[in-house]
Formats: sequence, structure tokens, C-alpha cells
Amino acid sequence: MTPSSPPASEIAADEIAAIIKAHLDIDGPLLPILHALQAAFGHVPPSAHASLAQALNITRAELHGVISFYHDFRAAPAGRQVLKICRAEACQAVGSTALAARTLGRLGLDWHGTTANGALTVEPVYCLGLCACGPAVMIGDRVVGRVDDARMDALLAEAGA
Amino acid sequence: MSGCMTLWVPMDSAAKALGADDVVAAIAAEAAQRGVAVTIRRNGTRGMIWLEPLVEMEIDGIRHGFGPMTPADVPTLFDDAARHPLALGPVDDLDWMRRQTRLTFARCGVIEPLLLADYQAHGGLLGLKRALEMTGAEVVAEITASGLRGRGGAGFPTGVKWQTVHDAPGTCKYIVCNADEGDSGTFADRMIMEGDPFSLVEGMAIAGLGVGAAKGFVYLRSEYPDAIRVMREAVRIARAEGLLGDSVLGSDRAFDIDIRVGAGAYVCGEETSLLNSLEGKRGVVRAKPPLPALAGLFGRPTVVNNVISLATVPVILERGAQHYADFGLGRSRGTVTLQIAGNVKRGGLFETAFGISLGAVVDDLAGGTASGRPVKAVQVGGPLGAYMPREKFDTALGYEEFDAVGGLVGHAGIVVFDDSADMLAMARFAMEFCAVESCGKCTPCRIGAVRGVETIDRIAGGDDAAIPLLTDLCETMKDGSLCALGGFTPYPVMSALTHFPEDFQRRHEAAE
Ligand SMILES: Cc1cc2nc3c(=O)[nH]c(=O)nc-3n(C[C@H](O)[C@H](O)[C@H](O)COP(=O)(O)O)c2cc1C
Ligand code: SF4
Ligand code: FES
Repeated sequence: MTPSSPPASEIAADEIAAIIKAHLDIDGPLLPILHALQAAFGHVPPSAHASLAQALNITRAELHGVISFYHDFRAAPAGRQVLKICRAEACQAVGSTALAARTLGRLGLDWHGTTANGALTVEPVYCLGLCACGPAVMIGDRVVGRVDDARMDALLAEAGA
Repeated sequence: MSGCMTLWVPMDSAAKALGADDVVAAIAAEAAQRGVAVTIRRNGTRGMIWLEPLVEMEIDGIRHGFGPMTPADVPTLFDDAARHPLALGPVDDLDWMRRQTRLTFARCGVIEPLLLADYQAHGGLLGLKRALEMTGAEVVAEITASGLRGRGGAGFPTGVKWQTVHDAPGTCKYIVCNADEGDSGTFADRMIMEGDPFSLVEGMAIAGLGVGAAKGFVYLRSEYPDAIRVMREAVRIARAEGLLGDSVLGSDRAFDIDIRVGAGAYVCGEETSLLNSLEGKRGVVRAKPPLPALAGLFGRPTVVNNVISLATVPVILERGAQHYADFGLGRSRGTVTLQIAGNVKRGGLFETAFGISLGAVVDDLAGGTASGRPVKAVQVGGPLGAYMPREKFDTALGYEEFDAVGGLVGHAGIVVFDDSADMLAMARFAMEFCAVESCGKCTPCRIGAVRGVETIDRIAGGDDAAIPLLTDLCETMKDGSLCALGGFTPYPVMSALTHFPEDFQRRHEAAE
């Protein structure tokens, strides 16, 4: 599942309005709306902030506070694919620290960085629930366990990174 | 091979992460090529992750296992299956399965997760039907009598919590399922949601009957896309089949469930932070009182329970409180769903009565390390749990027993490290994790964790004077933090320092 990420200028205000409206009947609509916006646009478009704040009757500062609190929400689109490498303890016990260092080194990236060709963004993640088959990664919605260097290279090649 | 062949291949995400979908494709291709009719059924995992993808073949009504399978191992399955090099024999006869007491996980890996008929054929809905014939107070009393304690971390008696919500005034109450499962080394919540989702739906419905709530929320972490899909589908089916909705199983009681997705914050597993997040706020921890049981979601009386706590409720109602309470040790009644992870030969889920020793889990069940090197340390209870050295391996799995040695059962994740582990690095990681995930409300946690990383870096650089500073800082964090993120991060840090001082000294020598 690769979210399409059109440039901000092309994001239609009516599409944003429709997403917001579709959730207004539920209790606690803000996180579901933010997820829906990110699923549609690959990020939470700043151009949505004003109408969202108004629809939910909160200030833009409050809205910013919420968006920035959560690791998941992006202000700008990521690469075409997002690779999440588990950094948590059970994966560390089977070599994920070295795997992550080598991967970032090969791509010339830091955590959260995107390759120059826009193919891949690399994010840390703290546990994918695959702790009995680490090192674990997730690329898009696909999970991969027991990732060694060769497996990682194949994943990177597949992603065009 | 003649007739129609039935094969089971798990759709659990750990099985998929190890190639289950490729194995399914290979089976379909091989069957087509041979012109053999094959029914492929997708189950949850049995929990033997080292054998995944574990393919099961029905032979005379008995399920025989083959694993760990790769696509290359598929063609010979169609020849003489019994002589397949990966043949394991009947799955139920495997040591790992025979030695368990599967109450919560009885159906996981056995049934097709989203087939309600399968669920019912294996005891599903009996608990709910019984609950429908009881008063709310009787349902709560049953849970209290079972001795069930919260499996999310704190071990608080579930019946006491339910009683508070039951007795709270008001007609609008909520059941909130904590499916944030952020602890490293834990995957029981994920496994049951992917492998037996109706047990959670049923457990929440029973909770609703017990305390008088008509609405439930599952707060499910975004890192679990497969579990999200399965749970959403389970709720859709449950509504269509009259298990959820205005009339639960044809009764005059209503209950419905919404699946809500988290957004990547570990602290949102803390119950009050979770409630804020559900309300659409920053996931900042709330001060208690008020208890969520009295003023929780949207200020209403709310039960917040872990997935495993709630998924255990149906079997308690089905078999009776005493059946559950008959298992266990001391004040830890029933079963513990151990999640064995990290550097182990055999990793996975093992459900057993409380009371088994940590050493038996690590050396016997897990079979030692995958690397074959000696075990150095075991972290129990997630990122806020202490690192236990071998000297503490005789500790029995039980809330009080672990507490007595400065440990934490928590969500019962057991992460094993071999002797290549650098405990200074693990202590540093604990502080770093706390700094990344702090909700920011209290200074000792927000600032202390950052200082903790710096202090450990000084120790790594050979500065011995920083060791007492680290100890002081840990004391401050323990005493001055509102929740267990800041309050318990000192446990992994201090246990690493106390039990493995050489890892904090070695640097010193290297620096000289
Ligand atoms: C930082 C932090 C993270 C937590 N994460 C979880 C979690 O992911 N899942 C969970 O069930 N409980 C978690 N808890 C414990 C909850 O606050 C709460 O005790 C639990 O949901 C109650 O349910 P139970 O009684 O059924 O265990 C966490 C607590 C803290 C302090
Ligand atoms: S200890 Fe940390 S995470 Fe917990 S309330 Fe305080 S600042 Fe927030
Ligand atoms: S610790 Fe990496 S998947 Fe759980």
C-alpha cells in the first residue's frame, strides 16, 4: 500500500472537507480524521489545519499540539515506501542495531531520512510484535522477520532505494 | 494422494513475516500443476514461531505439522507426506503443545479466525450466553472469584475494577480495550486478535453486561495493520450475526464496539494517556484521582483492560470462576501467557499456570539461545522491566514473586540476551527510549531521561564519577514521575548496572 503523495498545491480542499465531514458523527473524531488524511495524501496537509480546527471547534495551536505529539503523523510526504526497522530490545538481542546501522550507512541516511531518488524513507519503530522472529522490519504494510544483510539488500533493491 | 487435501497455513503476521504467503502460493501452484484439489485454510499461529511457517495437513481428521516450510519444501508434501523431512507428526502431540494449559489461547491456531461457526464449535459464545442469564453483579462476582488480574502490566484485580464501574452512578459507561501492546518482547495481544478475534469481542461484550456499558472501544496500535484488519472484520461480522448491536444474541441488551487506531506513541498504552488519545487529545498522562473507573473516557465511568484480560473473560464465564482459579500460584491465579523472544532457540507463545520458574522458561522451553552462546541476561516485563541475571532464574512467574526480587511480570514478555549483549548499551537504550516516548508532563522523566543518556555516555567514556550521578538520577526519576514510564525506566538501568558492573567498567579500561 503506497499512499499517493500529490504536491500540496494539488490537494483539493473539497477532498479534505469530505474526509472531515465523514467522521464528524463519531465520538473523538480527531485521530481517525488525521489517519484518514494521511492515508489519502501520505501526510497531514497543513492546508487542512484551518478547516479541521474549525470543524472540531479547537484552536489551531491545540491541533498542532496533537499532531506533533504522535510519531505517526507527517507534515510532508515520505518517500514512495516507508521502511520501519525495529530498534527495540528483542530485536537488539538478535543483531538489529548492526543491521540498522549498516542499512542507514548504505543508503547514506539518518533515521527519518529519505533517499535522494524519493524511493524510500527509513524510520525507527519500537516493536512490531515479531519479537520471536527478529530482526523485524515493516515495508509499507508488509512485515518481514529474521532480516539479515542479504534480506535487507533484497528489500532495498525491490523498493528501488 | 487422492481426494481433496486440506492444508492449514497461518495468516498470523509472524508466520507471514517468515514467508507463509509464499508457501500458500507454492501450494496452490503445485496443486494446480498436479491437478490435485486442495483446500487451503488460514488459521492463526499455534505460537511455535520457530516452526513458522507451520503447515498442517489433515490426515484422517488429525492435523499433522510440517515446518518451518519454504516454497521449495512444498512439492514433496504432495508425495509421501509422512516421510517429508520437515514432518513433525500430529501438532497436538508436540511437546510444546502438550505441556501448555491453554485457556485463553485454546482456539488460537486451531480455528479459522473469522469463521464465527468455527468459533462456536470450539466453545465460543457459551460464556456470553451464560452471562446473559446473570445480573451484572453476578458477572462481576464471577470475575472477582476467578482471581483474574490485569495482564497489561500492573496486575490489578479485574473484578475490583469492574465492581467500581458497576457501582458508579450513571447510565453511560464504556469498556475500553487496551490493545496498544507497546512492550518489546510481547505479542500475545496481536496473536489473539489475529488468531481468535471473537474471544476479545465476546470478552468485551461480557464486560459490558457486567458493568452496564453499551459501548466499547479497542485502541489498537498502528504498528499492527494485520490485527487492525482482522478486528475490524470481526466486528463487522459480529454485528451482522447479531452478536453486537442493539440486541446482543437476541437479548434486550445492547453492546457495540469501535476499533480505533493509535498513532505510534508508546505512552498511549498507559490507560489515562490512552483515554486522552481516544478523545482526540495529546496522549498526556492524567493525574489520578479521578480513577478512570469513575471518570474515564469523556468523563464517564470506564473499564480499561488489556486484550488478554478481556479475552480470558469468556473462558472464565464458560467454565466457571473456580476452574480458572484452580490454576496458579499464590495471588497470581490462572494462566500466564508467556511470550518468549529475543535470542532463543524456540521462541513463541506458551500459556501455562503461574508458578513456572524463569530458568525453566529460558533453559527448558526456549532451549537456550539461538546463537548457542551462554545466556547473559533476561529482560522480563517489557522496556520498563529489570534485567535478570542467571542468579535470579529460580524466581517463579508470579506478580508478588517477581516484585520481591525487583522484577516485573508485566505483560509477560521474556527477552533473552546472550553473552555478547552490552548491558551499558542496554541501559543507555532504556534512557533513550524514555526520552523519545516521554509524554512530557513531569520533569524527572522528560529531562531526566535525556540527562540519563548523557550520564551513561560519560560512564562509557571512562568517567567513573558519573556512576553515582546515574544512581541519584534514577532515584529522582523513581520518586518524581507520575507514571511508570519515568518511574520504572530506572529498573532496567539500575539492574544492568548492579548485576553487570563489568560492562560499566570495561569502557574505563579501554579508555585508559
Ligand atoms: C508507559 C506505560 C505503557 C503501558 N502500555 C500498556 C500497553 O501497551 N497495554 C496494556 O494493556 N497496558 C499498558 N499499560 C498499563 C495500563 O496503564 C493499564 O494498567 C492497563 O491497560 C489496565 O488493564 P489490565 O488491568 O487489564 O492490565 C502501560 C502503562 C504504562 C505506564
Ligand atoms: S513519567 Fe514521563 S510519561 Fe509518565 S506522566 Fe511523567 S512525563 Fe509523562
Ligand atoms: S522487539 Fe522487534 S518486533 Fe518486538
